[in-house]
Amino acid sequence: MRSTRSRHAGRIALDAGLAALVIIVMGTLRTVYSNELLLFNFMLFLTLAQGLNVIYGFTGYLPFGYVGFYGAGAYGFALAVMHLGLGPIPAMVCAAIGAVILGVILIPLLRLSGAYFAIASMAAAQAVYEIIANPALQDVTKGPYGVSLSQVFAPTASYYITLGILAATLALVVYLRNSRFGLALQAIREDPVSAASAGVSVVRGRVLAWLASALIAGLAGGSFAWHISVFYPDSAFDLSISIFAVVFTLFGGTATLIGPVIGVAFLYGLYNWIGITVPQYFQLIYGALIMLLILFLPNGLASLLTNRRIRVP
Amino acid sequence: MLVVEALKKRFGGFRALDGVSFHLSPGEVLGLVGPNGSGKTTCINVISGLYPPDGGRVIYQGRSIGGTPAHRVARQGINRTFQSPKPFLSLTVRENVEIAATYGNPGDPPDLDDLLESLDLLRHAERPAAELNSAQQKTLDLARALATSPRLLLVDELAAGLNPSELARMADRLRALASRGMALLVVEHLMGFIDRVTDRVVVLAAGKEFFEGTLADATRDPEVIRVFLGGGNHG
Repeated sequence: MRSTRSRHAGRIALDAGLAALVIIVMGTLRTVYSNELLLFNFMLFLTLAQGLNVIYGFTGYLPFGYVGFYGAGAYGFALAVMHLGLGPIPAMVCAAIGAVILGVILIPLLRLSGAYFAIASMAAAQAVYEIIANPALQDVTKGPYGVSLSQVFAPTASYYITLGILAATLALVVYLRNSRFGLALQAIREDPVSAASAGVSVVRGRVLAWLASALIAGLAGGSFAWHISVFYPDSAFDLSISIFAVVFTLFGGTATLIGPVIGVAFLYGLYNWIGITVPQYFQLIYGALIMLLILFLPNGLASLLTNRRIRVP
Repeated sequence: MLVVEALKKRFGGFRALDGVSFHLSPGEVLGLVGPNGSGKTTCINVISGLYPPDGGRVIYQGRSIGGTPAHRVARQGINRTFQSPKPFLSLTVRENVEIAATYGNPGDPPDLDDLLESLDLLRHAERPAAELNSAQQKTLDLARALATSPRLLLVDELAAGLNPSELARMADRLRALASRGMALLVVEHLMGFIDRVTDRVVVLAAGKEFFEGTLADATRDPEVIRVFLGGGNHG
């Protein structure tokens, strides 16, 4: 029993250490590397990939419309600044509230599963986009013409707040990987009927994971609105944000801490290296990579080790 | 301890349970037998909270529990195994029982090492449940149910697929649980196993019970013979 406990403590220390390393790297890179926007986007995708990990990795729901929460957060922030005259921090709270409210409205989607859930969540995100981008709502949302939030523009502060959000998200994943609650969520993913027999409240677990993952995307969307400060509904609800987050998470390995980090570092790195200069090669490589992954490594790079019973942090 | 009264469950137009009644006391092992489709598993599913009943009552320790969600039923001391094993495949054997001990046991959970040892699972404790064979996975279902310290255990075809020596051991285990005061409801097709384990049987056909007594009496009952083997008496 003692050895089990000390091994458990060792695992938590390893997970927490790796999470801290990610935060330190992203914090110090800004002082030595001048392309701040690129670093900021890395942080956004690290956050989104981990947020998706919370709902997909731990409960098995794959929301292709995950970007809906991101957009809701971005517009929650923008509306709070434009109409309520709030400063950036209270506006971030509004971003979070906006995404969580959308999450609550979409709770009934959790009755679906598999591809049906993925498609329904995508349709929901599209519906929110259509409302925000509706020219008839120009007085409220500025419709398709986009918002400008120059009055709160603060690249340094927004960078470090985003780093803080990433840190909190990584901490949540470390908690889920090492807690009884995280274990219960994985039990629900494996077999909801058995999980209920084991005394786990399936509905409560799913709803909590869903809202936590909505909250994370909402905060990421709020950071985006604050840091970029000029954006359009097309960029806040861009479906490729969902797809990137899904592919990054699947590539590295779900329900791990390091999997989504590796996915973002490698694939988003690849995207920025060749995707901008020679987009045609990028799409070719990306397409081939996704096909190879699904055929040969459906559980991501992490499964190379977990299949050999080596625990991946 | 458990009283089932005129229990009904429909699936569309099909009456899976059409007014089943029986009772069960602490320390007693009741067998539920009947041909395929007679409603045995549905009965367990309704008692364990997987389905709400469409009529009738399930009374456990004096309280009506029909329609209570499965996770609450588990915490009240009723647990079960599944006809085809349903472990949490990607989790280790130990994690499988740990979840049940944490969430399904409001009292003092049993020592998990002792529990796994008593079911010959301790040496597999750190392996993912997916690596166990199907008999071991069924035993893991039982271990998970026992981790919640149930007072009523519903056993759904635990014996199917076990070899003769495993069968004998499983029968002894169930009898040992009953001797400690646990009530057991056992659904099983293997009559040898039923004979060895149960005190009493209820025979179901088409969602109704029509015989109650010992297995020996059941095998001499002409109605039971007719339902199981068919017969000339088409009335």
